Amino acid sequence: MPGSSRREYHVDLHIHTVLSACAEVEMIPPLIVEEALHKGLHVIAVTDHNASGNVTAVMEAAAGTGLAVLPGMELLTQEEVDVLCIFDTVEQAQTWQAQVDGWLLPLDNDAEHFGPQFLVDAAGDFVAEDARMRKVPAKVGIEEATRAVHALGGLVIPAHVERDVYGLLYVLGFWPPDLEADAAEVSHNLRPSQAYAQYPSLRDIPVISNSDAHFLDWIGHTRTVFRLEASPSVASLRASLRQGAGQGFYVP
Amino acid sequence: MQIGEIVEKLGLTVLVGEDLTAEVTGGYVADLLSCVIAGAKPQDLWVTLQTHVNIVAVASLKEVAGIVVAESAVVPAATLEKAAQQGVVMLSSSQPVYETVKQLVALGL
Repeated sequence: MPGSSRREYHVDLHIHTVLSACAEVEMIPPLIVEEALHKGLHVIAVTDHNASGNVTAVMEAAAGTGLAVLPGMELLTQEEVDVLCIFDTVEQAQTWQAQVDGWLLPLDNDAEHFGPQFLVDAAGDFVAEDARMRKVPAKVGIEEATRAVHALGGLVIPAHVERDVYGLLYVLGFWPPDLEADAAEVSHNLRPSQAYAQYPSLRDIPVISNSDAHFLDWIGHTRTVFRLEASPSVASLRASLRQGAGQGFYVP
Repeated sequence: MQIGEIVEKLGLTVLVGEDLTAEVTGGYVADLLSCVIAGAKPQDLWVTLQTHVNIVAVASLKEVAGIVVAESAVVPAATLEKAAQQGVVMLSSSQPVYETVKQLVALGL
């Protein structure tokens, strides 16, 4: 965009790795990075279910490629609402992970029924299997979780809000008036304009869309274009969200 | 049957509610609030494990007689405050949802 300090970034803030029991085994760092670049993405966030153990590996795999990788998590709250928590640094993600681990029931993952949860390195090679059952609700309410992520400097985006599984609007009926989340994510099934028409409680909330990729080909399938005034970060993404749809971002 | 009579017979704890004279004519069970919005009827007693503050607005909207939180689930302060503001009766049962509903059915609801 000549004459403007803004640049358009293609962003997909919802991507799973093999640490999510429901993700395909191909979701390893080098392939995720390759696919994201191939799809023309500039920024991705790694968001496994109640887990962040593979964020460093994906960030390392992306080093030097021009792809920005933000460390994140898809938190399942006690209301059974999925919420994207996105940070700038691995340290923030690890601090958040320690809090979330304290809220999870101490159950073992049944890999045979739910799928295995793999920790891998930047090359995608096996490091360990995460034995803890991750996809269970954490004992934290969505408002408290939002305050905690914000206190750490992160971004809070309830995921696929219109979906009938773990979607905020389905579980909680409408957007809670006191929820201070940064945006709402709709799935590929719904355009933001349709979301505003169908769900009046979203009126004042920025609505974005991400892929929620559990397999490679889906990465970037749905994305949001952000017009950022600075390099990609929680702060620059939030600034664009606050400028509103059209100005700060749009869903192509 | 008045809500106060149900409180007494089931040994429920009153979390919020001074006036327990509201008439209960039926019941509804769900934790997904979009289902409650679609399905609950006025004067139902709503049994749930959902404790998010949105339950108060849904109870108000549907004009249910009151909310019974089952299994002694912990109700956040924000929910209790909103219920007090909106005049929504909130009760707590130490029993799971299934047992609570059986007891309501035994009362003739």
